[in-house]
Formats: sequence, structure tokens, C-alpha cells
Amino acid sequence: MAFDTLLVANRGEIACRIIRSAQDLGLRAIAVFSDPDADAPHVRMADDAVRIGPGPVGESYLAADRIIQAALDSGAGAIHPGYGFLSENEDFAGAVARAGLVFVGPPASAIRAMGRKAEAKRLMIAAGVPCVPGCEGEDQSDTTLIAAAEQVGFPVMVKASAGGGGRGMRLVDRVEDLADALALARSEAENAFGSGDLIIEKAILRPRHVEFQVFADGHGNVIHLGERDCSVQRRHQKVVEEAPCPVMTPDLRARMGQAAVGAARAVDYRGAGTVEFLLDASGEFYFLEMNTRLQVEHPVTEMVTGLDLVALQIAVARGEQLPLAQEDVRLDGHAIEVRLYAEDPANDYLPATGHVDLWHPAKGPGLRVDTGVETGQDISPFYDPMLAKIIAHGPSRAVALDRLRRAVRQSVLLGTTTNTGFLSDVLAQDVFAAGEATTAFLDETYPDGFPAHHPDETATALAAALFMEHDRQAALGRSGFVAADQLHWSSATPLASPLSLMSGDEVSDLRVCAIAGGWAVSLENRDLTVSVQPGAGPKLRAQMDGATVDAVRVHVGDVLQLAVGSQRMAFRRVRAGWREEDGAGGGRIAAPMPGLVLELGAEVGAQVAKGQTLAVLEAMKMQHQITAPVAGKITAVHVKPGQQLASGDAMIEIEETGT
Amino acid sequence: MEFVSRMVRGSDQYARNRADMLALVDRLRALEARPVALSEQRRDRMEARGQITPRERLARLLDPGMPWLQMHSLGGYMVDTKNEPKSVPGSSVIAGIGFVAGTRCAVLVDDAGIKAGAMGAKSLDIVLSLQETAIRHKLPFIHMVESAGANLVEYRVEGWARGGALFRNFALMSAAGIPNVVVLHGPSTAGGAYMPGMADYVIGVRRNGMAALAGAALVHAATGEIANDRELGGSEMHATTSGLVEYLAEDDAHGAELARQVVARLDWNRRLAPRAVPAFDEPALSPDDITGVVPTDYRTPYDVREVVARVVDGSVFEDFKPDSGVSTVCTQAAVNGIPVGIVGNNGPIDPAGANKAAQFIQLCDQADTPLIFLNNTTGYMVGTQYEHAGMIKHGAKMIQAVSNAKVPRIALYIGASFGAGNYGMSGYAYRPDFLFAWPNARTGVMGGDQAAGTMEMVARAGARRKGVDVDEKQLARQSEMIKTIFGGQEDAFYTSGQCLDHGVIDPRDTRRVLGFCLETALEGRRRTVRENSYGVARF
Repeated sequence: MAFDTLLVANRGEIACRIIRSAQDLGLRAIAVFSDPDADAPHVRMADDAVRIGPGPVGESYLAADRIIQAALDSGAGAIHPGYGFLSENEDFAGAVARAGLVFVGPPASAIRAMGRKAEAKRLMIAAGVPCVPGCEGEDQSDTTLIAAAEQVGFPVMVKASAGGGGRGMRLVDRVEDLADALALARSEAENAFGSGDLIIEKAILRPRHVEFQVFADGHGNVIHLGERDCSVQRRHQKVVEEAPCPVMTPDLRARMGQAAVGAARAVDYRGAGTVEFLLDASGEFYFLEMNTRLQVEHPVTEMVTGLDLVALQIAVARGEQLPLAQEDVRLDGHAIEVRLYAEDPANDYLPATGHVDLWHPAKGPGLRVDTGVETGQDISPFYDPMLAKIIAHGPSRAVALDRLRRAVRQSVLLGTTTNTGFLSDVLAQDVFAAGEATTAFLDETYPDGFPAHHPDETATALAAALFMEHDRQAALGRSGFVAADQLHWSSATPLASPLSLMSGDEVSDLRVCAIAGGWAVSLENRDLTVSVQPGAGPKLRAQMDGATVDAVRVHVGDVLQLAVGSQRMAFRRVRAGWREEDGAGGGRIAAPMPGLVLELGAEVGAQVAKGQTLAVLEAMKMQHQITAPVAGKITAVHVKPGQQLASGDAMIEIEETGT
Repeated sequence: MEFVSRMVRGSDQYARNRADMLALVDRLRALEARPVALSEQRRDRMEARGQITPRERLARLLDPGMPWLQMHSLGGYMVDTKNEPKSVPGSSVIAGIGFVAGTRCAVLVDDAGIKAGAMGAKSLDIVLSLQETAIRHKLPFIHMVESAGANLVEYRVEGWARGGALFRNFALMSAAGIPNVVVLHGPSTAGGAYMPGMADYVIGVRRNGMAALAGAALVHAATGEIANDRELGGSEMHATTSGLVEYLAEDDAHGAELARQVVARLDWNRRLAPRAVPAFDEPALSPDDITGVVPTDYRTPYDVREVVARVVDGSVFEDFKPDSGVSTVCTQAAVNGIPVGIVGNNGPIDPAGANKAAQFIQLCDQADTPLIFLNNTTGYMVGTQYEHAGMIKHGAKMIQAVSNAKVPRIALYIGASFGAGNYGMSGYAYRPDFLFAWPNARTGVMGGDQAAGTMEMVARAGARRKGVDVDEKQLARQSEMIKTIFGGQEDAFYTSGQCLDHGVIDPRDTRRVLGFCLETALEGRRRTVRENSYGVARF
């Protein structure tokens, strides 16, 4: 089982993470990449890289044959699947083994056993692992399932037997609603997982999500590395993860850890795995599922244990014994992680694409930022929009939390919409600070979803001042010599310059007047003085009505991207003579985002009404209607169905007729 | 030479001087605020037409944070009416030098908020002065036009006759290789129609911009034709049909934006030889303290070096012949790294002082060193002793030197500037490159008391000759009248209203104004332009 070359069958931060540990161990690391990732950080970090196909995952990161072939071609002796993609695909694990390669992960049999929810639960019950009361029988008739539900008592949770990640899950409060819920869940499960099999469980209300990191070697040793509390979830997507769990006791940890180890043993587990439990307010815990791979949130465990889990995975894959026994595991301090995503929390977490104009991860004691993006890179619509994980460690939970809050503010990614504001808001909640968050926390905190945040007055005034500074510097760059004492000076009463800034779909009309050393900015309801002290590169510090404000900016032409505190904003200067449709202009339609032309309903010569759908663009697994901005006659169509477009590509032209 | 100031910040005298001077500065700002407030009253009407105010047009044209030197801000003060509270300075134009797309430009904005931008009392003088400045310093000229033209109610035939020079100057400018840009924001009829007509570039604002030799009313009166203004001369017509408009703007703001683009594309500083700017220090003594060290009454003596030290680099200067003609100060220093010769006064100019100044001016001219004149003199010395010493010929020598010096000359009226002393100190008629006044300045042939006293002496001598008694009552009345006539005409606000300078400034801005004017004059001299014979023809 010896190997000196490891192929990493993944991308993004986890590929970088694995490559780092592999190289630290002296191994050659081989990356694989799809076309849009040709210049991605993981490709450059690796010792060699193999192209495996075009952007779509089915033709690249999910193409098992190509990946195995890439491993064989590059002389790799092992494949690390990371998380997601093929990491929990038993067929892939089997195929890797059949190709004579080492799969850095559990045996295919363990993946299979844990991959089927009902089967796993039966196994766990047999192994004495506490499970949520429910029905995971072979008989999938409504009658049986309804009877089972009545037996465990409402409310109940309906789940897809083959599911995961929360898809196909449904909470049902009353028996009358169950039949409908079963029908819906069944069809969803069928579509999502190819199997309509359902399980029914007693719903554990407002539980914590507590998971145990387990490790098993091929020599019969199974240990756990403590727990992670991942209760802060939105629709079963983890947002914040921490170790240890704020309400954990040594006794409870021992009992849950023992259950987790038992679960791993029951499936002859090998390598790194995670056993997930629900922990209710009374201290009862129930097996939820086992993830047979390295988890996204593994760094919090690494930071409290001081271990390198990837290195351990590789050691186990090489057939070595685990280097430590259960009693050697020490938990030191507290670690909390948040996931930075390219998404819009205020718009139902809609994934965002774009270009990374600036990425400045925070640095500092106890901080770790795992990232797979860098300045200058495109955020492609093909893949998960996670940008980075920001992890803070401290001697206490309070210190870790303070460090993390600061790190979230100071980790600046500009160029696309991110969830920075959302993360910051979550970390600022008293419930979270008190360690009281359950899986219901986000829904209870934001019952109507996370509200849209518009730039505050400070940020808007700063943006205005920066536009003015930009203009002044541009003028100075072209002018002859102008002495410093003449800047911001008028021999007569100074004039205020009007300035219109657009952020999102809001336009702010401001007036900015040069004053000694800075600018007086008049907003609708407030006047502010701003004095900007440029710092290194994109960083700057401003004095605003006497208060110090640190900011980071990327300023290109009429667009200013600005990070102030946890706000991430883009301001566009609305030029005179500029109209909203000028992005394209009149009846010219440009692709609003990168995407695939799914449908096209536009023909040259056709008369169209304003608002009429002319095309459907698929991006980020969402279908966007492209509608006519004006009524008129189509004069040109530049695209065809199936065509992949970049943002801003010309699509359709309409000659406006009448208004 | 290290200058040791005798003025102490915090002293009673300092506080008194400062309070007096700041009161005058407040009066300056209050006068400047009059046209602003009057124009502002038309904001609603202009906005209803889809327009922005003239000052917003200017603000949108200029580079933010770059300096703006307004010229003739008081032009027309006490000319439009003798009723002081009703007088509105500015003559319905806003003129100055500022930066557009990094280019130093002469800018003229018709203040259409005042009498629809019709020519005011001193509009013609202001525009001619700005044109002269633009030609002299090779500044692109931008005119934001919206003017009802000549004020028919206040028609003066000489205004019409002299007014032709406006258009001649644009022709000369175009031929001299100095571009002239017009933004047509509103109506520009009759003579005003030649503003766009004579321009090198015309940006016409849709819906409001209009130019015609005669508006619809005059056309109807003259020919009986029923026309409407938009069809007669709207921007759209000129862009599509007559060829008077090069660029159509969506609105006023867009017009300003297009003007910026036109200026940017001139790439005007491509032909500006760079100036090596040496490192220089700010004055060690704060320019802000000028208000505290200068008595506002010119009759209270002080050393002009107190001003020099608060204006020049590092507060360092070297006196030329300090021990001869001591009341005339000639000194060498630098402003923003530019070596300058400064001539100042500590009272009347005597023969030795005139000689020293004449020589100093000639030396500076020989070395191509710009000259700065700090006027605070009651004139050349009179009296037997001085006549015997040749005051006339020595004063004449100084006037000759000033008249013929080719270097940039910047004159400031910082106190008194009387009689021929004003001529020798590069006063109005000597066409300095720039001439600004402090609000305490007094100028004239002589002081009012002096004039009244002179006339009293003449009257008494006449009575004695005729052997009659002096009518003391009438003499007192006459003296008062003379004092009033002189006093009313000598203060800086009045003379600036007459356009006998380029404007009144806050004394605390002196270094900035000097730096700005020096750079403007030197840039003009370092710039090569492409001259042509007839100006660029409009097709």
C-alpha cells in the first residue's frame, strides 16, 4: 500500500488543503482540473496537474474513469477524493481499488452501508447506537408509514432513504398532512437520488447538531477526536462549526464518543469519518448519519487537537497504525469556523459568480483561512460557491469568537456578492455568543430570511469621498504642478459637486464639497466630513466626523467596490446622460451573468412586447428569464441554444417602436 | 535671510488687526453670496425645465478637489445700481480659472438664474478680461452659455460697439491655437448666437439649448414669419441641419460631462514642457497670521516683510540693497520653488527707492524671474528736496521698467496704492498678468483727506488773492464732498466692482493665489501652441 504520489480528485480549498499535507509528507501531489480551473490555485500548487474535461462536473470532477486514468497516467499510487464529488461514491472507491490504486477513504462496503439511511439505521440499532425512534422498513406503503408515524408520535420527520444534505426532508406536525408529505417527499427523492424510498422518524425539535470525528486504521484501532457542534445551519447547510460543543461534558463526550466509535466499528470503517448526532435539550442523543469522508469543517478539530487529519488519512491509507490511542487525544481551547460563500443571503442564498478583484484573507494569531481562490480568479458557475473557511482558535470560546468576528470583518473578498455580512450578523447574535444555538437558531433569528442590507451612511459617504479623491488624483496625474496647499481650495465660496451613486438598485444623490484636508459629504439626511489617508495598496483609513474607519477598496473606472467593517458593497457612479438600460443600452440585451442558453424564443424580424421572455439562461442551476426591455422589432440575435455565454455577451437587439 | 517677526500672535494689536480684517473678509463673502442667493431663487423654474443651476453646471465641469481661482467675483458691484443693498456683484457671469480633466482652463458660466443671463453692468469687461487672460496664458476657454443677450432695457450703444471685441477675441484665440468650447445650455440669441458661432466645439443640450440670430418674437416683428424657438435654433436642429452643434447632450449635466471629454481629448498638457519642481518648504510663519499682522488702515505703518515672510517658501528671503531707499523693499525669495522678485512698500517711494526698484525690476527681467508687487504706497515723495533729487525721472524710470518687463508680473493691492506709485507698482493700467486686491486695499489718485486738504488750500489761496473772506461753511461742505467722492471710489470693493483688478481675495489665501497665478503664467510660457492664420472654420 506504499505510494509516493497522490492524486487529489477535487478542486478549490480542499484540493489545496490536501496537496499541502501531501507535500508536507514528501509526497508528489497531482491535481486534476476542468477547463475553467486551468489556472486555479490548486493546479499551480500541485507538482503536476492533469486536465480531465470541460466545466460541467459530469464531464470532469465526477468523471470517475477520467480521474482514475489521470492517476494511472501520472504515476499516482493513491487517490484522495476530498469531500463532495466522488468522495462518498462506493462505485468509485471500488473502481479505484480495482485499478490497483489506493483510495484514501473507507472501504466501498462502509460507504455503501452508511449511504443508505434505512440500512444504516438498522445496523446502528443492532450495534447499540442510539437512534431516533422511527420506521425504516422495507414496506414503503403509505399505510405502513402512517402507522409507524402514529407509533413514534408527531411531529415526525420524513426523509429520503438515500438522501443527504437535507434534500427530501420534511417536518410533518399532524397526521392529516402526512399522506401529502409522503407523496411530495417520494417524488423529490425519486428525482434527486433515483430512489423514492422514505424513512419516518420522530422529529427532535430544536436539537443541536453534534458530530464526532472518528478515525480507524486497518489494524482494528478506532478512536474519536472529540466532537464538533454544527447547529448553526440554514436548511441543513452548515454555516458555523465549532469544537468543542458549548454544552459538552466529559461524561457526555465519553458516551457519545463511544457510540461514534461503535458506529464505525459496525461498518468496519477505515480512515476519517464523522458520526453525526442530534443532541436534545435533555442530553439525549440520537444517531443521524455517518459521513464517510473528510468533512468541510475538519479544521476546527485540527485546531483543538493539534493533529493533521489529512496526514492521518494518508498514514492509514498506507496501512500504518494510528499514531495515537484514545487516551492520547487532547482537546486544547476552542475553535470556530465559518464558511465564506459567493452567495446572496438576502436573496435566498442565491449563488453568485464573478471575478475575484481582491482577496485579502485575515491574518493573526489563532487564525486559519483555508481558501482555494485568489485575486484575479473567476468564480465559475459550475461549482460549489464556497470561497474560503475562516477558522479562529483561542484558549476560550470567548477569545475564539472575538478573533473570528474580527477575522470575518478583515477577510475581504471583492468582485462578487459574499455572505460576509450574514456571517458577521450571525456571530454577533447573543444566542450564539451564549453558546445556545440549536438547529432552529437561524430560522428563529431570521424568520423572514436574512434582510437585504444597503450601505449605511458612513459607507456611502466614504464611497463618495473616494470617488472624489479618484477624480482629483486623475486630474493631478494629467495636470502640471499643483502645490498641495492649493488642493481643496477655492478663492471664492466653494462649490459642491453633485454625485449619484448606485448600489444594488438604489441610487443615492449626494453633494460633495472639497474642504481643507478632505470632503464634506451631504447625504439625504446627514452631513459628514471625510478625510482619507491612503494606506498600502487597496487599504485605507478615513477620519469620518472624527471617527476612524478602516476600509479596503478596488476602484476601476466608475465602479468602486468597498469593504467597511463587515459590509461589502459595490457603488457605481451614475454618469450624466447614463440611463439604467445603458448596461446594454436601449433594446440591446446582454447576458446578465455567465450561463448557458437553454431556450431561445427570439427571431429576427419578430415583434415583441416589453417584458416578453425572449430566452432562458441557465446559470448556477437556476433558470433566468431574459425579457425584452422595450417593445419593438428584433433586429439581431447573436446567440443560439446550447451556447455558453460570458457575462456581458451581446444576446439580442431590439429596435424600439413606440413606448 | 532669517526674518524675525515683530508681530506676536495673541497680542492686542494682533487681535485687533485680525478682527478688522476678518470683518472685511466676511463682507467680501457676503457680497459674493448675493448673486448666489439671487440665482438660487430660479432653481425651481430651471429644474422644472429639466435644467440644473449654473453653479451646478460649473461644479460638474470642474475637477473636484482641484483649485479654482474665481475672477471678478465683485464685477459690477455698485455699477448695476448705486443703491448698495440692492447691488448684486458678478454681473450675471461666473468667471475663473480651474481644472477640467486635469487641464487648466478659463471658464465662463452665464448665470442664467439672474435676469435670464442677460448681460449685466460689467459682463462685457469681465468676459474681455477672462479672454485676455486665456490668450495670454494659453488656457482653453470653456463657456457654458445661457444668456438672454444684451439687456434691451439698459441698452447702451457703446456696449454694443465695444461688445464686438468678444467675438473678435474668440477668432484670435482660435487662430492662436487656443481651443474654445461652448456648451449651449439655453437660449443664446442675437449677438449671443455668435458665442457658439465663434466656438471651436459646440455641445448643444437637447430641449433647452438654442441659438438664433433672432428669436421667434424678433423674427415675427422683423419679417412677419411665425416661427417657434425650437425649430428656429434648437440644439437638435443645429446638430442635424445647420451644423452649428457638434455634440448633442441629453441634459445640462451631460453637457458638462461632454465638455470634460472634449477637453480631455485635447491632451492639452502634451505640449507643456515639464517644470522641474525643487523641494520647497511651506512658510515657517503661517499665512493664516497675515490677518493679525496687517493693520487694515493703511495709515498705520508696518513692515511689508511681515507679509513676505508669510507668503514665501520657508519664510526665507534676501533683501536687495536693504540699506538704500529703505521704504521701498526689494527682495528675492521663492514661491512653490519658483524664484521670484518681490517689490513692496513701507510707505511712499523716494528717489533712492525708485532707483533701487527700477534696477531690481530690470535684473529680474534679465534673469527671467517673475515679479510680485505688494502695493502699499501713498505714492512718490513730493517736496522740494525730492524734486531736486529728481523724483520725477527716478519714478519714471521705475514706470518704464515695469511697463517693459517681459516676465510674469503679479500685483497685489494689500494696502494703499495711490497716484503714480500705483503705476510704478504695476497697477491696473500696466496690465500685470494677475492683479488681486485685499479687502482693506485703497486705490486712487490720492487719499480723500489729501484731496480735500489740497482743494481747501487752493480755495484759501484763491480767496487771499482776490482779497475776500473764505466761506468757511462752504469750504467745509466742499471738503466733505471731496472726501465722499474719493472715499466712495477708493475701497477695494468699489474698484473691484469697476473691474479695476481681477478680484478681491482673502489675505490668508495670498500664498495660494500667488502660487496659482505664477504656475498659470509660467505654464503659458512653457506651452507651445499650433497657431494658424484664420482660426478653425466651422463647416
